[in-house]
Amino acid sequence: MGIFRRMWALGRRSKLDREIDDELREHMRLHVDADVAKGMSPDEAIRRARLRFGNPTVVKERVDAEDAALGFESFLRDARYAVRGFVKSPGFTIVAVLTLALGIGANTAVFQLLDAVRLRSLPISRPQDLTELRIVGGNKGLGVNDGMFANFTIPMWQEVRRHHDPLSGAFAWRTADVMVGKLSELKRVHGLEVSGEFFNVLGIVPWQGRLIEPQDEAACQLNKAVASYSYWKAEMGGQAITPNTTIMVEGRPIQILGVTPPGFFGLTVGDRFDLAYPTCIPPNPRREVFSFSVMGRLKPGWSIERASAYFDALSAGLFESTAPDGYSAETTKMYKSFRLGAYQAGEGVSWLREEYDSSLKLLLVITGLVLLIACANLANLMLARSSARQREMAIRMALGASRGRLLRQLLIGSGLLAMGGAALGVALAQPLSRLMVRSLETTGDAIHLVIVTDWRVLLFAAAVGVLTCMVFGTLPALRGTRVDPLSSLKAGERGVAGSRERFGVQRLLVVTQIAVSLVLLVGALLFVRSYRNLMTLDPGMRESGITIVLLGFESEHVKPESLAAYKRQLVEDVRAAPGVENVAATTMLPLRGGSWSHGVRVGRAEGQSRFTYVSPSYFATMGIPIVSGRGFTAMDTTNAPPVLIVNQMFVRKYFGGGQALGRQVQVMPEPQYPARIYEVVGTIQDTKYNDLRGDPEPMAFVPIDQFPETAQGPGMAMMVAAKDGPGAIAGIRHALAAKHPQMILQFLDFQLGIRDGLVGERMIAMLSGFFGVLAVLLVVIGLYGVLSYFITQRRNEIGIRIALGADRGRVVGLVLRDTAAMLAIGLVLGTGLALFAGRAATTMLFGLKPYDAATLVFSILLLAVIAVLASLLPAFKASRLNPVDALRCE
Amino acid sequence: MAKNDLQGALDLLILKTLSQLGAMHGYGIAVHIEEVSDALLTVEEGSLYPALHRMEQSGWLRAEWAMTESSRKAKFYSLTAAGKKQLAVREKNWEQVVKGVQAILRFA
Repeated sequence: MGIFRRMWALGRRSKLDREIDDELREHMRLHVDADVAKGMSPDEAIRRARLRFGNPTVVKERVDAEDAALGFESFLRDARYAVRGFVKSPGFTIVAVLTLALGIGANTAVFQLLDAVRLRSLPISRPQDLTELRIVGGNKGLGVNDGMFANFTIPMWQEVRRHHDPLSGAFAWRTADVMVGKLSELKRVHGLEVSGEFFNVLGIVPWQGRLIEPQDEAACQLNKAVASYSYWKAEMGGQAITPNTTIMVEGRPIQILGVTPPGFFGLTVGDRFDLAYPTCIPPNPRREVFSFSVMGRLKPGWSIERASAYFDALSAGLFESTAPDGYSAETTKMYKSFRLGAYQAGEGVSWLREEYDSSLKLLLVITGLVLLIACANLANLMLARSSARQREMAIRMALGASRGRLLRQLLIGSGLLAMGGAALGVALAQPLSRLMVRSLETTGDAIHLVIVTDWRVLLFAAAVGVLTCMVFGTLPALRGTRVDPLSSLKAGERGVAGSRERFGVQRLLVVTQIAVSLVLLVGALLFVRSYRNLMTLDPGMRESGITIVLLGFESEHVKPESLAAYKRQLVEDVRAAPGVENVAATTMLPLRGGSWSHGVRVGRAEGQSRFTYVSPSYFATMGIPIVSGRGFTAMDTTNAPPVLIVNQMFVRKYFGGGQALGRQVQVMPEPQYPARIYEVVGTIQDTKYNDLRGDPEPMAFVPIDQFPETAQGPGMAMMVAAKDGPGAIAGIRHALAAKHPQMILQFLDFQLGIRDGLVGERMIAMLSGFFGVLAVLLVVIGLYGVLSYFITQRRNEIGIRIALGADRGRVVGLVLRDTAAMLAIGLVLGTGLALFAGRAATTMLFGLKPYDAATLVFSILLLAVIAVLASLLPAFKASRLNPVDALRCE
Repeated sequence: MAKNDLQGALDLLILKTLSQLGAMHGYGIAVHIEEVSDALLTVEEGSLYPALHRMEQSGWLRAEWAMTESSRKAKFYSLTAAGKKQLAVREKNWEQVVKGVQAILRFA
């Protein structure tokens, strides 16, 4: 109970203080009384009692220390004392806190992003039960793959829907955008196609109306949907849902059944759905189209391993019964050997995660290094401060303060700084993360990430704060309290107090800073150059002034056999539109991430090649020159012999680099794509395929008129060459609206799309550049500070040198020699570190070796010049020292 | 809380003294220990008062301000029930420590 009494007495410290004082004083008196009673003179008795008792303050402090509540009180006292010290030197405090805030803030911002895309669970009940089914090792590119998370064909899903013992419920879903509005002004919104079980299994309760249920899964014509809260608020005015609530989708009204609650964004982290609508299972679903993700909730008592084993056992039958027809025996065998596995999915799926995970981790390393430099800087500042306070420390020690006591006080001081820095850093982290997310956004897609400062972020910031405090606070505190009172007091504030050893530590800190900042500088230059390489890369085709047109004409109900002619006519209609310079139809949009391959056989060689079906004007439109042979003409129709134009990589791989023209290429059968034998009639240079970073791959082009009739669909894509993109778009809209009022049109800028693919590189380049500059700036400050401090400490020595006839040049040289030594060691160390670090970043660089000599040399020179400049100012100051003033200080 | 070390000795001395004297102030405890041990043991004030306050906080001692025979005000400490129990534990412990130390000293 004593402790509570004391806690309660916290506010009355003075009373407790007095009590202890009284007790100790009475003790002395009793002692004196006893001695006097023995016949000693009172003066002698008092002297003896004092001698025996020792330093009363020390005894009292030791009693205090036993008292938990008073211990806390004295902690507060130390904190108040530290704050008073900071208030007295606001310059130091502001620099220290800001440096820390920037360092901790940057780290927290990056961590916050990692937390948002990686660590946090979906906002659903019991997310840890959510399980995703996938083919172990993926489907190896078989069939048509519809997006990043599409692992299931419809027949596969139907099998799992019937057999899923480990799961209490299973559902299928995919993202598929919806065109909302009247036909003349369609707007793309994020759609979520879900099976009837989706909301029920996830446990989402409607905010308004009802959500999609199994009975909604009937018509393949989209006629009902559920809106997300944000879409309902923003686009539907937040009006109450009634049975008559509808919105226009592709020109037709569809019923809105209800609204999902505000927190639910779907299952893709970084994305937000607008409308969810039921799946439809067509009578004869395509067996080679992978379009769905299948998930479920694990039943209680089932582990993920057991569930995996169950689905593994199910696999043989499942893949046997769902195998697509029309593949070669070998491919069919591969399909039948697939195995299903169960995986944790509580964190949802995320293309952000797949795409930027390594970038974010790299950024965390970079910001960590920046923080390290900041810490080294602060440690140096604190060291300088603690030597300035050496006399104070010496006096306090002489008065009986223990080293532990002083150490505690100094550490509380740096702890306060770290806390201030961390608090400000957390505040700074919010806008920083938002800025980073913005920089990753593309013209097409906004990123919707819930960035909140949750316990993980706070814990991280606190841990970083404590760590930095330990790094920058401990050493100065240990050094500051290791003073010999006698010699310190004798030396006073004069210049000889700083021993060589003390300078050694400060030099070491500067060397560390130089080394680490060299690493950051090299990294920044590498990433900036890598980004520049990508930006200026020639993909082998025209980039600017190309508009992509996507046309959808399902509602025109063109018969399959006349689709080819219909499409040919559409190309001619677009060509006639004003502003259009050239136009070509294609089945595959280059440099936008998609891919299309067929198996090929040339003689005995077998393998894969990229295939694109294009209209004759494709190569002219895209500015791809025909190297040998001929291009396609209007004569290359279905009835003409099948012909092929291939690239140089194809020639190298399948013809051994020899004569290609006239050679035959056999294409392996696939569902809807029967086996065929083509004759090569032309070759083109290697171009990039779906990604600027990719290496050349074998590519083959087929006249679009020879596209198999079985695979024709009511949609197509065209590449339009037009200097004035918006003008051409208006022209095309106008030209087509008259003839095809039901046509759904979409326009994309080719170059913009390519640039969108580089936002990750852009972010890394920007941020590493920013942090590189910051690192160098910190080094400049650190170097300047340390040199100025050295010079103050060596005032006398320099004064004597000048008095004895040393000229300015010599004094400047003295200081610069110091810099040169630190610089040399730092740069050698940094070069080693940079080479080592570069190896880890190899995969993130494009067109550069990590040990790029030019970059390294440039960084070293830059850092050297900056370091010399930073030390010139203190050096000149030293050389202008008035020897009389300096010596008079003695 | 059984401490099998020699540092617990001061606590033991204080507890035992208080069990013999009833209530006593810090100075009296120090004098008692010194006299009874024939000045073999001296208790430093720098250790005595922290120990008294610690044991008071642990609830082994209770403290009261009262007048001494020489009519000075002093803080008198006395054992609580927990303190008496603690004393028994410490005494037993101490015997074991002594036995242990002696065994080591006699080891040839």
